[in-house]
Amino acid sequence: MSTRRATPSRTTLRPTHLLVASVVLLVSLLASVLFGAAELGVGRVLAEITAQLTGGLSPLSEREAAILWELRVPRAALGVAVGAALAVSGAAFQGVFRNPLADPYLLGAAAGAGLGVTTVIALAPGWGSEQALVQLAALVGSLGGVALTWTIGRSAGSDTATLVLAGVAVTSFLTAGQTFVQQMRLESLQQIYMWILGRLAVTGWAEVLSVLVPLVPAATVLCLCARLLDLLGTGDDEATALGVRPRVVRSLVLVSASVATAAAVSAAGLIGFVGLVVPHLVRLAAGGSYRIIVPLSLLYGGAFLVAADMLARTVLAPAELPIGVITAFAGAPFFAVLLRTRSTS
Amino acid sequence: MTGFRRLPALLLTTLALVAGVTGCAQRPQPTEPPPGPVADPAASFPAKVSLPGQDSVTIAQQPKSVVSLSPTATETLFAIGAGEQVTAVDRDSTFPKQAPRTDINALNADAATVGSHDPDLVIAPESATELVNGLRAVDVPVLVTPAAENLNQAYRQIEVLGKATGHGTQARDLTARMRGQIDELVRTTPKPDRPLTYFHEVSPDFYTATSRSFVGSVYSKFGLVNIADQAQGDFPQLSGEEIVQANPDLVFLADTRCCGVTPESVTQRPGWGSLGAVQNNRVVALNDDVAGRWGPRVVEMAREVSNAVTNAQNP
Repeated sequence: MSTRRATPSRTTLRPTHLLVASVVLLVSLLASVLFGAAELGVGRVLAEITAQLTGGLSPLSEREAAILWELRVPRAALGVAVGAALAVSGAAFQGVFRNPLADPYLLGAAAGAGLGVTTVIALAPGWGSEQALVQLAALVGSLGGVALTWTIGRSAGSDTATLVLAGVAVTSFLTAGQTFVQQMRLESLQQIYMWILGRLAVTGWAEVLSVLVPLVPAATVLCLCARLLDLLGTGDDEATALGVRPRVVRSLVLVSASVATAAAVSAAGLIGFVGLVVPHLVRLAAGGSYRIIVPLSLLYGGAFLVAADMLARTVLAPAELPIGVITAFAGAPFFAVLLRTRSTS
Repeated sequence: MTGFRRLPALLLTTLALVAGVTGCAQRPQPTEPPPGPVADPAASFPAKVSLPGQDSVTIAQQPKSVVSLSPTATETLFAIGAGEQVTAVDRDSTFPKQAPRTDINALNADAATVGSHDPDLVIAPESATELVNGLRAVDVPVLVTPAAENLNQAYRQIEVLGKATGHGTQARDLTARMRGQIDELVRTTPKPDRPLTYFHEVSPDFYTATSRSFVGSVYSKFGLVNIADQAQGDFPQLSGEEIVQANPDLVFLADTRCCGVTPESVTQRPGWGSLGAVQNNRVVALNDDVAGRWGPRVVEMAREVSNAVTNAQNP
């Protein structure tokens, strides 16, 4: 790896950062619960929530209550979990690869997870509905994709651009593999296609838990490793002199970020740009230290995806738009601006 | 002696002539023209056929080797008596059982694979553009059958398939029978006091068909109102929230075979327990294939709808 020195501008996570991020997350969560294809009325939803908290009388009909508690609330929770997983893994990848362009989609993690899930859906139709198997396939694919990128990138050179190019090559290869599997089983095409576009669909709290169970330990590890990522940023020699074992830290972070990515992908499909956009915005707003970027990405990632899902549910109502379309609309221009800014600087 | 032998011969000849002339005079005059060349299917060729929005196709002789890459067309060909001419059908042509199924998929088949069956007529769906171009390049006649938008277009397609295969009469008989049966079903189905609403589920992720689709046009004949009609396109995806909010009177599941959805399993979906259709047992399991095709079995589909509408009025 490069031993180039990178000095973060700000290094401390202030309480105000956490407070603002938490408020943003709560507001987006509340908005997602208040608004949707069905017009329940803001006042009535607030009254319903109050009634549930205080044990009062529900102002909603049975069907309206079902919409709120069985559809909107679990979906909003899933959005928070998936968005947080994608954003925190994106931040971690950027730290490990020392490249702000790195994200789960550029480094082969998402494409690998995609190939794993596609294979399960297409070649084991009966098992394709087994969430645990889908998650395992996503995890194996995600780890494999990142490992391939890492190996090819290191053998080709040590600069970050080489790593990103290696990621592009690996992603293309894995995507081709995914297409090949799809063509083998065309009857699964629609199911796979919808999954690729990304969608937050819940059949209960099981999906939310399926993301939270791997995410909580993975995110905890990533938050704990944030300081080490900063030290790695000073260069391997300096980090080693300070008692850090770069190889161990990188492995730990890569595995944790891949686990988080796999959890998100297996539950919601391929939702692009969250892992790229959110850490960048955090970096611009709060500072370049991973002690700030990692935890704040977790919170803002959740807020971003919940807001995107609210748009996906309402823009073409009564129809629904794949959430990947919304995140791409927001993320692709951002990525273009980012590239332009970097090239001119 | 010679004169004695000639006399009986002359008498017999005279008798035969008299009998013949008399017989002709007694035979009734024909009221219809005698069967001519048109009655012979082979004689109705060359035939020029066309479907809306498609190029016309000239078929030189009655086809002896038809490859059908459209499940709807396969059902139709067998229903009009052209089954013996069909030498290969695609992998999705699941009905009738005797159809000679192959692994060919119209979406990704190449012309060489289809051509290996030595067809003198290929019937392809509208989506198989590349395949159609390839087959036409090697002068194999291809009849492209677009998805019908309503029953009249379905009837026309059946009749065109009849003309293309030399079974025009049987095709016209079939469409007349279908019209009669469906009209009878519509006529005898009790009309509800208020229009009933419905949701037609194409896949478990809530893809559906609006009234603008073919299957939607069948529901419309029974006066049903589609909850998805405000969405764009023929087959939009609805949000789960929208379906629960709309609370359809009837739910038709057209994803029972592909995806194992049942009237029982939908009760477990979030929010669906509050639907009137679920609470009143008005969730109807359809055969996906029948609901997704515009062939002769549409009468079965119409019968399912008729039964559902009737049952909805008998609490």
